[in-house]
Amino acid sequence: MSRIVVLDYGSGNLRSAERALRRVGADVTVTADADAAMEADGLVVPGVGAFAACMSGLASVDGPRIIERRLAGGRPVLGICVGMQVLFDLGVEWGERTVGCGQWPGTVERLKADVLPHMGWNTVAAPSGTTLFHGLDPDTRFYFVHTFGVRRWELDPAEHLRPPLVTWANHGEDFVAAVENGALAATQFHPEKSGDAGATVLQNWLRDIVG
Amino acid sequence: MSVAVRVIPCLDVDAGRVVKGVNFADLRDAGDPVEMARIYDAEGADELTFLDVTASSGERATMLDVVRRTAEQVFIPLTVGGGIRSTDDIDTLLRGGADKVSINTAAIARPELLHEASRRFGSQCIVLSVDARTVPADGRPTPSGWEVTTHGGRRGTGIDAVEWAARGQELGVGEILLNSMDADGTRAGFDLAMITAVRRAVDVPVIASGGAGAVEHFTPAVRAGADAVLAATVFHFGHFRISDVKASLRAAEVEVR
Repeated sequence: MSRIVVLDYGSGNLRSAERALRRVGADVTVTADADAAMEADGLVVPGVGAFAACMSGLASVDGPRIIERRLAGGRPVLGICVGMQVLFDLGVEWGERTVGCGQWPGTVERLKADVLPHMGWNTVAAPSGTTLFHGLDPDTRFYFVHTFGVRRWELDPAEHLRPPLVTWANHGEDFVAAVENGALAATQFHPEKSGDAGATVLQNWLRDIVG
Repeated sequence: MSVAVRVIPCLDVDAGRVVKGVNFADLRDAGDPVEMARIYDAEGADELTFLDVTASSGERATMLDVVRRTAEQVFIPLTVGGGIRSTDDIDTLLRGGADKVSINTAAIARPELLHEASRRFGSQCIVLSVDARTVPADGRPTPSGWEVTTHGGRRGTGIDAVEWAARGQELGVGEILLNSMDADGTRAGFDLAMITAVRRAVDVPVIASGGAGAVEHFTPAVRAGADAVLAATVFHFGHFRISDVKASLRAAEVEVR
């Protein structure tokens, strides 16, 4: 059974993430302990609310360094919602600029849409070769709740032997809904709140990425 | 494809039990909110709302237990409203497994609560619940003609309902739950004029509530600008099911899950 740590840095619906992972067969611990987070088979970084608050919470438990060191050793990390956003270079919310973990180039900024937050069930366009969305129909919907997002994918695919797989969704405009990049994966939506569809995504992550 | 219109059943919960539970054929205990939540989830509910109508504060802890048990079994978003007075109350519910809280009376008494709560927990989990009615003949007129009420619509506040929704957005709430007290209980359809007016005044999602009596009532509410539709009685008493509402919306080419 895969040992998963949900990183507790004071943000996110930790209980839901814990229950949803347990439902698909993981051995889950919710903790801020750095050793446990480092040693787990898979690390989940949740996050809701403001980018700046999440980044400062994450820093207070040494999160960026834990993520960096895990990835250096090829150990899987899954970011969810703002836990995905903080993996990018920069967050800009209400004029406030916050430096992120810098795992991917790009900026998290306000979406251009008539109604925000983008709240509810939406479809995604996953690329061929996707692991996370394997076995799911293209019209499957996932639960999103966010105002900010990554509107441009800035990584040059030519520079990578295996370029990351980017999944898009649309609310007013296109934005990044998920990224699969070797050991590092992330979703803007909440798989833990997306019913059976979300459970499939978590199961795919557990089985084929965490292994 | 775009974000689907959400269909949200609401359960009134008193001291941990569903008010006036009605036993459907496939239900063991209609009084158990967790069991009801599971049924609604299986029927395709896009979110769930629990409204805590517990009168005595001594039994508030019961609601937390209900939230915990629901979050263990149901993997769709859960909103909890009723009796929330402080950011500590919100913290307790969110930690228990609620995804959002809806605030009503406490925000009227102290609007800053909305600002404090949305800063601390994020806008996405703070819902402003607006119980609105037409200003009665002997009441103080408001610009829109609707006023905010408390105590289940019995007490007017003289606050303009449309302006209050806009103020909620300014204070940081992520969503407006608009409950028409004029339409509530009539089963004659949603208050379309009120939905339209609030939709024009805010750009956060609007959940329309009050008046649903037939599956045909839901599409007009969406056309008037609702991002989500909420109903209690019609689902609760099995007049029709969530899947019927979705079929009706789908037939009208409204996107649903």
